[in-house]
Amino acid sequence: MAKKYSKVKNMLDAGHFVVCSEMGPPIGADPDFIREKANYLKGYVDGVNVTDNQTAIVRMSSIAAAKIAMEEGLEMIIQITGRDRNRIGLQSDILGASALGLRNVLLLTGDHQTFGKDPGAKNVFEMGSVQLIKAVNDMVEDGILINGDEMKVPPKMFIGAAANPFADPFEMQMIKMQKKVKSGVEFFQTQAIYNMEKFEYWMEEVRKRGMHEEVDILAGILPTRSAKALRMMKKYVAGMDVPDHVIKRMDQAEDKEKEGVKMAVETIEKVREIEGVRGVHLMPVAWEEITPEVVKEASLYPRPEVE
Amino acid sequence: MLVAEQKNVKEIIDMLGDDFEKLLIVGCGTCVTVSMAGGEREVNSLAEVLRTYYASQGRDVEIETDTVKRQCDFEFLDDIEEEINRNDLVLSLACGIGVQHLVERYPKKVVLPGLNTSFYGATTAVGEWSERCIGCGECVLDKYFGICPVARCAKGLLNGPCGGSQNGECEVDPDTDCAWELIYNRAVELDKLDELIDLVEPKNWEVYRDGGPRTLVNKEYHED
Repeated sequence: MAKKYSKVKNMLDAGHFVVCSEMGPPIGADPDFIREKANYLKGYVDGVNVTDNQTAIVRMSSIAAAKIAMEEGLEMIIQITGRDRNRIGLQSDILGASALGLRNVLLLTGDHQTFGKDPGAKNVFEMGSVQLIKAVNDMVEDGILINGDEMKVPPKMFIGAAANPFADPFEMQMIKMQKKVKSGVEFFQTQAIYNMEKFEYWMEEVRKRGMHEEVDILAGILPTRSAKALRMMKKYVAGMDVPDHVIKRMDQAEDKEKEGVKMAVETIEKVREIEGVRGVHLMPVAWEEITPEVVKEASLYPRPEVE
Repeated sequence: MLVAEQKNVKEIIDMLGDDFEKLLIVGCGTCVTVSMAGGEREVNSLAEVLRTYYASQGRDVEIETDTVKRQCDFEFLDDIEEEINRNDLVLSLACGIGVQHLVERYPKKVVLPGLNTSFYGATTAVGEWSERCIGCGECVLDKYFGICPVARCAKGLLNGPCGGSQNGECEVDPDTDCAWELIYNRAVELDKLDELIDLVEPKNWEVYRDGGPRTLVNKEYHED
């Protein structure tokens, strides 16, 4: 079914190399915080993810923040995790988000609450990412809820999910990715790529299974200006793969910001050459304002116009 | 079995308070004896610690001890009726079930918990116990080659590992095995990886405690 309502989807269907980015909502209720971030991204990216209490730290809700940014003229991708809501809350939020005009969703299992500042919180995790994809796809395509209720006006969502080329066990992760495809996912955003060799091998395995023809894959790029941040990611962020030569390069760079942009641009240029990669997803942590420069340096600006 | 650990002594002393002279500590001879939290040995050593403490405070407290076979069975609770009656306060070193069963059998007595009931688990090394089951009410071990993702995956994932699984370790705690790594390895060993390909629907939690507190009736033995 053609999804005219999602700009990200339309861009992909038109064959453009898509650029997405990410914003974290504030710890607080300030809508201007979102508006400011939205304004420097406008024109440089085709879709912007809003994280759902990432790393299990309480922030403004992804749906509310996305609505505010959408009003500033951005195409938004809401992230929804299964960590904090059961099937009742999750489906309700999908309906609400769609009613607000939000048209893209990235469905995730969610970071465990012990990573955040509320390790004593009760988790939910009733629906894993695969089950969430199936449920939202059934809502969008068939207009039915998990309980079988039919909706007169079903939600409209372009359905995305995450894929991690660097997680173990590799083959089991592939099986899970295939389950996501079978359940109705339409696009993937990958974990941040620093280990290009591993990513190339992963894409080869994705192509062997024909998944690149069924879904759109956006490669994850995490621009950073700090060797310390790279070390932290290597050591503490579950599922990240940061080779030592990357850290060494940043360590030795005189102008770290310039090097950070250069590294991101090089990664974008490399993934662009890989068959099956349909775009990039930029997720600079605590450096979101660098996104426009990375897009320009990678010769991805201006963005093509699509309905 | 149920695995439990003893509350710390300070917490127990605060909980017991000042308003008693005779204390009965009741141990349990089953699960918590195995998990070395509430058997005869632990009952006696806690009694010694408390006697020393109350003596140091100049308080005249008499402490009696007994360990029954199972606190979760009334037949074993009947045996200690006299001891219960002659003491002001009862400290149970059983799981939460044992504490409540004592309360039900002796409703006029204040019974306090000396343990934190932790989980259903197995002894995995000397002095180490690990969670293996959550009592979800609908066993899925057949689907996962005998390794339970509901109890052993931090996120209870039924369709595969999360993106945080690396080198066989759980992202939540590197000392915990990733349940999905274990399931995957078993599947490879048994040459049954294809059985993990199909989507597993969300679990029915109505048969867990989400459906309300559960009572199980075996009609062969139980008349309405």
